[in-house]
Amino acid sequence: MYDYKMKLNPEQIEILEGKQGAVKAQVMETLVMFGDLFGAKRLVPVTHGKGHLVTSFGIPLLKPLFKTMDKLIDEGLYVEEGFTVDPRPTDYANVKCNFLEKLIFNTKMYGEQERYEQQLTKVGLIDSNAFTCTCYMDEVGNIPKKGDILSWAESSAVVYANSVLGARCNRNSGMLDLFGSIIGAVPEFGLLTDEGRKATWKVIVKTTKMPEAQILGSAIGIKVMEDVPYVYGLDKFIGNELNDETKSYLKDFGAATASNGAVGLYHIDGLTPEAVELGESLLVENAKEYIIDDAELERVYKSYPCIWKKPEAKANRAFIGCPHLSYTQLINWTNKLCDALKKNSKKKVNMPVVFTTSPDVAAKFKKTTEYQKLISTGATVSSICPLMYTNNPLTKLHNIITNSNKLRTYSAAKYLKNEDILKAITE
Amino acid sequence: MKEFKGRAITGGTWTGEAVVSKQGVNTLATFQKSALNNAKTVIAADQSNPDIYQKEITGKALCLPITIGSTTGGLVIQTICSMDLNPACFLFSKAIDSLAASGIVLAKIWEDSNVIAIDNLGDEFLETVQTGDTVEVLDDGTVKIK
Repeated sequence: MYDYKMKLNPEQIEILEGKQGAVKAQVMETLVMFGDLFGAKRLVPVTHGKGHLVTSFGIPLLKPLFKTMDKLIDEGLYVEEGFTVDPRPTDYANVKCNFLEKLIFNTKMYGEQERYEQQLTKVGLIDSNAFTCTCYMDEVGNIPKKGDILSWAESSAVVYANSVLGARCNRNSGMLDLFGSIIGAVPEFGLLTDEGRKATWKVIVKTTKMPEAQILGSAIGIKVMEDVPYVYGLDKFIGNELNDETKSYLKDFGAATASNGAVGLYHIDGLTPEAVELGESLLVENAKEYIIDDAELERVYKSYPCIWKKPEAKANRAFIGCPHLSYTQLINWTNKLCDALKKNSKKKVNMPVVFTTSPDVAAKFKKTTEYQKLISTGATVSSICPLMYTNNPLTKLHNIITNSNKLRTYSAAKYLKNEDILKAITE
Repeated sequence: MKEFKGRAITGGTWTGEAVVSKQGVNTLATFQKSALNNAKTVIAADQSNPDIYQKEITGKALCLPITIGSTTGGLVIQTICSMDLNPACFLFSKAIDSLAASGIVLAKIWEDSNVIAIDNLGDEFLETVQTGDTVEVLDDGTVKIK
């Protein structure tokens, strides 16, 4: 048995000793060894029992994943309150692929998708609509309360839950998310502790206009890496109320901090719950300082490489919504898109344009007149993961543009600011 | 020769070539292309990391501050270890991050991997070691740059 360092209660020791099954013992050993590495003193109960998993795709190469899932199922282990999971990798109805692209997706890339979704169902997947990276949207309903302890992964969801909802979750990896949810406990360290939630960076936004969320997040992520930033000067642009608009902004901002760096928590002065409650006491003494002005944002924006085979070529596909768009964002994009087309005396977008959102938000949006307006432009709404789409060696040859800094980071997609992408798809 | 002492997370002795990233290594962006292509070795594919972009990593000592990026990171490390595509050693100048730690623990417990991981080697380690240097790694977390 693993020679653990943290303090475990009798039941946890019993699990570790294998008295509740050999696989459960391995699951516990993983959590305990992981916690010991970070000096965790104990495991603490997960208080928001609904999990969120990052791994949603059945890539055959992930043999360890499928093998582990089979072991869990064979021993009857599952998540009692269920879980949501990241988006599905394909959606042929709304994101068109040619025969060869489909062949590669169905055989090489995601050949184990059906088997993996069956495995997910057996260990606690909530339902077939549970595939989204924005499980915390009202329409989806996996919403932790302030102070809740989570066992989630998906970097953009974790940073949102910590920062905007005030829940407590470390940046868990795939598998650890599931293991913590099965055991119902996670090691207490890092972002689960008051000390770990203190900011070591004071970021001062001094731009002349509202910064693009995804560039601001990128700049901060690149600068602070895994540290916690406390951001001043943003509330003057986005206000002091956590409404749909600001939450959507913070969703995109946070995703960029997490993917361009490794941020798991940020505080926005006067806006996010802990900043409102505790203010500057969240800043450690001698916190490092990072000032962001217009020039700094432009420097960061211009540093993004374009790795298309022909960088000057015209874009031929656009993905908007990574992380998945909120309902408010879908409405806003529809209105902006229709206005831009009208201004250019056009009725249709000039390339395949995919707006991505969760299945539950899509269902709500499809009942609106805005949905009909959006579809009439030739754009589509999908609940796909754009990143998974771009992994295909053939689809990645498309000249994809996106307003997502996360998608840019993990694919050959080119990042454009919102206004530039609007121009590109309507002119 | 310079010597540094860190914390042996998963110990072992090893001598070989270093590949150095002065910036955080984005695990998913670095490893996924080679893993997806069932390649025999990993060629780092993260366009945003010029330090290691297009360099071979398998069987080398990957020297880095921490890993960054997507929370699939741990699973990616477990997978490359199960495929024997992993760096022989992960040598972290800072305290290991939670994603890399997950990957190392998953690889050790579920794949019986012998991947070596040492953290807390210090900033000077990363300032000193250069890609192509020969490094000797000892069981107790000592790293010698030859």
